[in-house]
Amino acid sequence: MDIKVNVRESEGDAYVVDLTGEIDVYTSPKVKDAITELIDQEHYNLVINLEKVRYIDSTGLGVLIGGLKRVREHGGSVNLVCTNPQIKKIFDITGLVKIFGIFDDEQSAMKALV
Amino acid sequence: MSASTALQVSSHGVVELKIPGRAEWVAVARLAVAAVASRLRFSVDEIEDIKLALAEACTNAIQSAGGQDAGVIEIVCDAREDELRVTVRDAGAGIHLEPVRPGGLAEGRTEELGVFLIRALMDSVDYTSDPRGTELVMIKRVSA
Repeated sequence: MDIKVNVRESEGDAYVVDLTGEIDVYTSPKVKDAITELIDQEHYNLVINLEKVRYIDSTGLGVLIGGLKRVREHGGSVNLVCTNPQIKKIFDITGLVKIFGIFDDEQSAMKALV
Repeated sequence: MSASTALQVSSHGVVELKIPGRAEWVAVARLAVAAVASRLRFSVDEIEDIKLALAEACTNAIQSAGGQDAGVIEIVCDAREDELRVTVRDAGAGIHLEPVRPGGLAEGRTEELGVFLIRALMDSVDYTSDPRGTELVMIKRVSA
């Protein structure tokens, strides 16, 4: 079990973080490092693509929330791409659908960035 | 402590698993509980719920040890006809099941998210703690 993290520049100042695999207490530090590095480089508009994520737990959610808090301090935003029903359910029951923009595809997530 | 796991299956539908209390072993516990749950009449979604709840319990044990080695985490899966009873024991202060305080989830407090998820995904959750350690009992009932 592992997580693959790929970071790429997209339109304007936005960056996309593609994640593949499972995000849990073991793998979430790798995701956190990638997001932290982008923010440290002053990239505050991020799309995090969870399309190929099969599993996420509270540590993964915590990493995403931590990233969102940091970019918002700089007027930025984090939008998510997520189509996996089980993962969408986790965002639903935790109420995190209210603080993240969650989209079915990358193009929509990119368009909605502030 | 050995880095090996021990899986024992009894004839009574009880599966006992011990994992090292380290992050890299939580996935093993998750897969094991899913395998047990799949022997009952749970839906795929319900099995995913059980996997996540068990993982959150193990994660909490590890985090309560400061993210370091939490010793041995014992997991007992008692598969009954109409429910799966999962017990998680560790030697630490373990999980705290106090109600999530307002705003806690939105602030991304991981431990509160974990507790919230366990409570939301399982039908019954009970917790005891004493100087010897912590025991969490979670029950998921098979839908009618």
